[in-house]
Amino acid sequence: MNVRSQQPETVRTVALVGNPNSGKTTLFNALTGLHHRVGNYPGVTVEKKEGALVLYDALEVRLIDLPGTYSMHANSPDEKLATEILLGLSKHTPAPDIAVCTVDATNLERNLYLVTQLIDRHVPLVVALTMVDCARQHGITVDTAALSRALGCPVVPVVAHRGEGLDALRAALSNPVRRNGHGPAWRLPESLQKEWLRVQDQLRDQYHQPLSVASHEAIELLTAPDPATLNGGTYDSAFVEQLRRNIEKLDFLGIDRQAAFVESRYDWIRDVIARTVHTPELTSPGITDRIDRVVTHRFWGFVIFLAIMAIMFQSIFTWAAYPMEWIAAGFDALGHLVESVLPAGDLSDLLVDGAIAGVAAVVTFLPQIVFLFFFLGLLEDSGYMARAAFIMDKLMSKVGLHGKSFIPLLGSFACAIPGIMATRTIENPKDRLATILVAPLMSCSARLPVYSLLIAAFIPSTVILGFFSVQGLTLLSMYLFGMVMALLMAWVFKKTFLRGAPPLFIMELPAYKMPSMKTVLVQVWERALAFLKTAGTIILGVSVLLWALVSYPKLGPGAARAEQLAHSYAGRAGQIIEPVIRPLGFDWKIGIGLITSLLQREAFVSAMATIYNVEDGNDTRRAGSLHEAMRRDIDTSTGANTFTLLTAISLMVYYVLAMQCLSTVAIVRKETNGWKWPLFQIAYMTALAYGATFIVYHGGLMLGWGM
Amino acid sequence: MERTTKTPVSLSSLSPGDDCTVTGLQGVRRAARQRLLEMGIMQGVRVRFVRRAPLGDPIEIHLRGYRLMIRDTEACGISVTLDHPA
Repeated sequence: MNVRSQQPETVRTVALVGNPNSGKTTLFNALTGLHHRVGNYPGVTVEKKEGALVLYDALEVRLIDLPGTYSMHANSPDEKLATEILLGLSKHTPAPDIAVCTVDATNLERNLYLVTQLIDRHVPLVVALTMVDCARQHGITVDTAALSRALGCPVVPVVAHRGEGLDALRAALSNPVRRNGHGPAWRLPESLQKEWLRVQDQLRDQYHQPLSVASHEAIELLTAPDPATLNGGTYDSAFVEQLRRNIEKLDFLGIDRQAAFVESRYDWIRDVIARTVHTPELTSPGITDRIDRVVTHRFWGFVIFLAIMAIMFQSIFTWAAYPMEWIAAGFDALGHLVESVLPAGDLSDLLVDGAIAGVAAVVTFLPQIVFLFFFLGLLEDSGYMARAAFIMDKLMSKVGLHGKSFIPLLGSFACAIPGIMATRTIENPKDRLATILVAPLMSCSARLPVYSLLIAAFIPSTVILGFFSVQGLTLLSMYLFGMVMALLMAWVFKKTFLRGAPPLFIMELPAYKMPSMKTVLVQVWERALAFLKTAGTIILGVSVLLWALVSYPKLGPGAARAEQLAHSYAGRAGQIIEPVIRPLGFDWKIGIGLITSLLQREAFVSAMATIYNVEDGNDTRRAGSLHEAMRRDIDTSTGANTFTLLTAISLMVYYVLAMQCLSTVAIVRKETNGWKWPLFQIAYMTALAYGATFIVYHGGLMLGWGM
Repeated sequence: MERTTKTPVSLSSLSPGDDCTVTGLQGVRRAARQRLLEMGIMQGVRVRFVRRAPLGDPIEIHLRGYRLMIRDTEACGISVTLDHPA
């Protein structure tokens, strides 16, 4: 068998490939520094990372960081994409001239499996042996020269975070070796080997597939349940018939085709490792096992889990509040500056109340995103995340999701945006979509000001059982209500249009390690940037629009702000939607609050403040007067109070369930690559919110709570 | 390494700390089978049953020098023979 036709003379594109947790990201960061771009591959929600790698003589090449991959027999969108790029089947990304495969020196056996696949797909290869420092600590020694001979490609040991071995790796990439022409050394059963080569040849001759593709495709065909359906049925019937007959023969011989392609490799790997690696006998349980005994303990495991979550929650909630205030103050100052420079008028208003206020509303979320991803990064990089999935999986499986969905949902308590961005760790697209769809039902921090206002104004501050305040319990029940609804809806979606086989949950528990600050911070940086780019651009447009809606048409100068608001398009819209929201117990003033909440939920508070002529609803001293004004307000059409206890509760229920956040819509559109799912999400959440509020309001009226 | 012939049992039926040798993946659905094979779970490989998750599912196993979690549904389909206890 001959190898891929020619090694290219100059290397232009290098792909970085490797198992998850094999140190690929650390190596990528070490090789490129911060000079890399993050985006999405067109048409799929797989993250695309690439950077410039400088080889010797300042020769700059493109380094593509492929998603973590266990196998080229793709099991997830990530793996499918990595395989397509490596085989040159991708429409948007050229086949790499050479691939660097990271191989974890402490986990060689399984890591080498992917290497054997790359070898028989004839991908020009350099192996970067990672975690050699850990391996050394465990007394594992690898004869890299012997391993390199066995694999037929350079093997370069690296300790990426200390920069060791990077020059050697660059050198190996600069002088790609031509592989000596022998085929894979592992032995398939004779008849299967023959059939594999036959199919390969036919794919090349008849379908003009390049060698690497033909080799890959032949394996896929020989292990598929039905070869006719593969590759969209592009193969003609004679080819498929021949294949079927030969497969029957192989089955008759008792050859398990699926297993044989895997087992032959592992047998060979065992053999290579026996010759090239020295592993000492384990004497005592390692540090990872000792930590796991506590962390997955049936009592302490949950205590630790809850403690970590509490700290994370706390940081997002309270610590992030300080930078959020600074950012808000900064934008305020900017607004004042613009006001003082520009003459008062529409332009000044547009800039200050429209553009600056709108951008401020988005950028204020940034600290929460930074905090959440900082913690997620620490948890992921240290290896704890897999343990969290391990102990939470059973609970999540009850609603048809799996352990990995838990963290994004929890993060959504702070803000659905980072939560939705964090769903990228979920491989199964259906599970991921279900998680994205329900994430905004978790009460995010933007709802808190709304809950606070309504609770403080209308829920009595009674204490029951000597300890629990009714106000606190009301707040807690709103959070629980959102969570229960999120899980319920996930269950409904997984039972209906997202139904599929129970998710495959085969997940590695990597060894614990000290998280790398650089890796974590780089990830935070990437997320923050991605957020600002997507949310920022859309939100700027929408906030200007919303500003126009509340500002026009103008009453004459000197008109009271409340009158101006009532007169504006938003005010009229509030009156127009009044018949629709009347059944929920809401009048047109609340309608204005709902409309302005479209940009962000806490806008409800400032809308109320404007309507009731209170300058700043967030100011505690004046907040009392806003509460008073809301309590006293009489609905002129009914003669009753606009707000009652029941209205307040109904309104909170509405805020728990309604999708009122355009930033989230923007992120969902980005993450699902289209408008279909965000629109569906708006529709179902609005229906849910309307229905539930209707039931609460009318149920309450029947029980006589409406007074 | 003398060993008596033993009746295969399911991996799911083992207790924490048990060592076993896989005899087959016959009871595993096809999609899971491919991935389990690729993760190195195949006839003849030695596996340690490390622990069950606190709520009973999934289970953690140790093989080929690394740790893996799989759900009970998959573990039920993997037949193993118990290696002699120490």
